[in-house]
Amino acid sequence: MGEHRVSNNIRTLRFHNDEMTQQQLAEKVGVTRQTIVAIEKGKYSPSLELAFRMARVFKTPLEEVFSFDDKPKKK
Amino acid sequence: MYYHEKKSIVNILSTLLIYGIYYWTVQKEYDLMAMNADEELQFWGKTMLLSIPIAIAGKIIIHIIFSITHRLVMKEEQPRFEDERDRLIALKSTRNSFIFFGMGFFCALGAIALGWPLQTMFVIMIIAGVLSDIFDNLSQVYFHQKGI
Repeated sequence: MGEHRVSNNIRTLRFHNDEMTQQQLAEKVGVTRQTIVAIEKGKYSPSLELAFRMARVFKTPLEEVFSFDDKPKKK
Repeated sequence: MYYHEKKSIVNILSTLLIYGIYYWTVQKEYDLMAMNADEELQFWGKTMLLSIPIAIAGKIIIHIIFSITHRLVMKEEQPRFEDERDRLIALKSTRNSFIFFGMGFFCALGAIALGWPLQTMFVIMIIAGVLSDIFDNLSQVYFHQKGI
């Protein structure tokens, strides 16, 4: 719960895709805008299917959209 | 605050309102009656069964009012569908709610085991039911705000 170790570049990718809005991305991948907001903030890790759909929208490999930090966070 | 969070808060308030009024009425009726053990079982059985359609009808009415008010005041449509995050939040909140109700159920059985009056068992079960519903909605608000 809370902050995830899965980080993403969705905001940057949206900007480079004609400044796509969160709502437009949400409609393209079939989720609500709140879910896009939560993913961008790192409050929700999407399912594999949704992650692939997002990568397809941005026409980039999955690794360029999401990355996984396997080092434990220092407290 | 998003629509789902507002809806959960309205749910909590409507649960408190509906069950509060209903059981206040039931308690007044109970205090006026003199019953033997069988009649008391029947009374509480009827009370609990009747509370289900009353709660459903009450919540439907409150939700219709909430949806209309929300649309008029906030100029915002309610989400047309539930996505994977909404379903996951609902699932986890239901799990929390079941845990809460389960504990209440065991407490109710404990009351019987300790030889407390039958009324105590039913009151504990009713309170557990109401609290588990509130806990379900609080969990939803928490997961929507803090992440899942």
